[in-house]
Amino acid sequence: MTPTINTYNHFKDQLLASFRLAEDRMNGEAKTAFHGIRRAALDQFDRLGFPTLRHEEWKYSNVTALLKEDFDLDASSSLTANDLTQLEIPNLDGNILYFVNGRYRADLSRVVSPASEVELLSFADAQKAEPELIGDHFSRYADYQDNAFTALNTAFAQDGIVIRVPANTTVAQPVILRFVTDSREKNIVSQPRNLILVGRNAEVTVSESYRTLGDGAGFTNVVTEINLERDARMQYYKVQNDTEQSYHIGTTQVRQADSSHFYSATVTLNGNFVRNNLNIVLNGQHAEAFMYGLYMPNGKQHVDNHTLVDHAMPNSYSNELYKGILNDSGTGVFNGKIYVRPDAQKTNAYQSCKNVVLAPGASMNTKPQLEIYADDVKCSHGTTTGQLNDEALFYMQSRGIPKDEARTLLLYAFVQDVLSQIKIQPIREYLEGVVRQKLGE
Amino acid sequence: MLSINNLHARIGEKEILKGLNLTVNSGEIHAIMGPNGAGKSTLASVLAGREDFEVTDGSVDFEGKDLLDMAPEVRAAEGIFLAFQYPVEIPGVSTTNFLKTAMNEIRKHRGQDPLDAVQFLRLMKEKMKLVNIDQSLLSRSLNEGFSGGEKKRNEIFQMAMLEPKLAILDETDSGLDIDALRIVAEGVNQLRSPERATLVITHYQRLLDYIVPDFVHVLYQGRIVKSGPKELAMELEERGYDWIKDEIHA
Repeated sequence: MTPTINTYNHFKDQLLASFRLAEDRMNGEAKTAFHGIRRAALDQFDRLGFPTLRHEEWKYSNVTALLKEDFDLDASSSLTANDLTQLEIPNLDGNILYFVNGRYRADLSRVVSPASEVELLSFADAQKAEPELIGDHFSRYADYQDNAFTALNTAFAQDGIVIRVPANTTVAQPVILRFVTDSREKNIVSQPRNLILVGRNAEVTVSESYRTLGDGAGFTNVVTEINLERDARMQYYKVQNDTEQSYHIGTTQVRQADSSHFYSATVTLNGNFVRNNLNIVLNGQHAEAFMYGLYMPNGKQHVDNHTLVDHAMPNSYSNELYKGILNDSGTGVFNGKIYVRPDAQKTNAYQSCKNVVLAPGASMNTKPQLEIYADDVKCSHGTTTGQLNDEALFYMQSRGIPKDEARTLLLYAFVQDVLSQIKIQPIREYLEGVVRQKLGE
Repeated sequence: MLSINNLHARIGEKEILKGLNLTVNSGEIHAIMGPNGAGKSTLASVLAGREDFEVTDGSVDFEGKDLLDMAPEVRAAEGIFLAFQYPVEIPGVSTTNFLKTAMNEIRKHRGQDPLDAVQFLRLMKEKMKLVNIDQSLLSRSLNEGFSGGEKKRNEIFQMAMLEPKLAILDETDSGLDIDALRIVAEGVNQLRSPERATLVITHYQRLLDYIVPDFVHVLYQGRIVKSGPKELAMELEERGYDWIKDEIHA
């Protein structure tokens, strides 16, 4: 069905009006540099509008259904600690920070790391308490010029998390960010904005997870900006196990300095519509980025992973492995861009995307894009999409393993390359449980 | 134990087995020899239950049950084991984990309790010696990156673990050097017992120096055209298959 102009404009108009209303109510804030960025981002969002299938970056991901939902822009929630018990992950320790409809909830959160190890403050508090910090870093990494959703998030940036790790510090406990959409009473839009700054030779593990409580539609539009200074190390997990009414569009924008290491795993197990952008700029020599991904759309779920690695300096390394299992009418997209700039000699860049399609109605679109402007580099990419190996299934059956069990064993082995990358054991075990359940269905 | 009557099977439109008859009793070792394309591997595949082959006529009785009516995993549980000519690589699943799953599924089918970790490891250690296989190999992904000899030894190791009633060795000797061949044969011989039987499918007589058969059958054009004692294998080695073809076409 061709969307009408109205479909595309209703939600947009609603957002623009809401922004202007909030602006009218501001006092001095409207004149701050911070708000200036938001206003510029809003104007850009207004110019860009929501992407259609004609947009090259959105060719296989149709946002029409999202635009047809009737959202309430009031993000208030009556959620209490009791409501969270059903979302808890067993045995999970660490700094566990809750955000409900995009707003930080100190009352639900638990910080265990000493302030000397890591500074954790809500984005809303940081705006007031540390305006220079926000001024120095906000919107400095995630470019909104070509991305309507990043522009939208930037325009509405209000709350989220700011994580700052001082130089030469290892944060012993992980920082676990749990974004909860409370759509029990209405359809919710939440737009968290996160900023993670890891100092020289510092190390931290951060997990972002997304859940919806309730049967209403939830639209999360998140932007996380990450800056790794020299020799910094970071493990970053993005975990999505959401409802059939959830829409998720997110951008994680990473900039890495010399000899920094970034390890990421993006795991999408459930959700109606998911688009993850992971953009990494290797802006230093000997910087290394590892990117793992797993997605398992079934039913009518759609999962789109766009990754971009920009090798801007010599001697940097990136390695990427994304894996998908697609069932029913589930659809997937993998678009992996690698840029190697003229100066980035001795770059090593590897990319691989492997998919298993279990049902005739499921489909996967893969598109590796390598743009290499240096001559002394090692780059490789490969994608495979196919069915489970019949020979392997028969081999297992011939040893006494029933076909269903054999399938599960093969698929479980297939996903382990990615799940084993997650070093927070309770989260890994939780995900393994969800995967088992999905494979057993 | 095994009684094959007038078996016809095809793959696609091509008929490969054309009225095969064979009876195997417990305690016996039968060798099936024959030229390329005679249907040797098809026979092994049909007995193990590979779906690519369609049985169009005939019957296979195994221990009083209709074998052709069973799913491959049920055949395994009933005591059939096929050592593959080309063992399949299974990334991400270790031999140990694979075998434990297989054994416990088979035990479940037989109404037995699953083996616990200690019992399983004890059994594994015992059988590892039999085929001279290394622990490190068993912790790796099944057959992935194994040499040809390692894959075949792993097949025999699995056979030793599962203790089938009827073992079918499909060209297990192909691609093996003489040392590996000896190890594989020793493994098979140690499993010889009055309750078990073995079907050795091979192109060459060489393996039969180590695994001495009670009967040798010649499979040609989808049928067993000649049967005899172990000396028949020697004769085939010396004279090739042409004289048999001549006998048939005469």
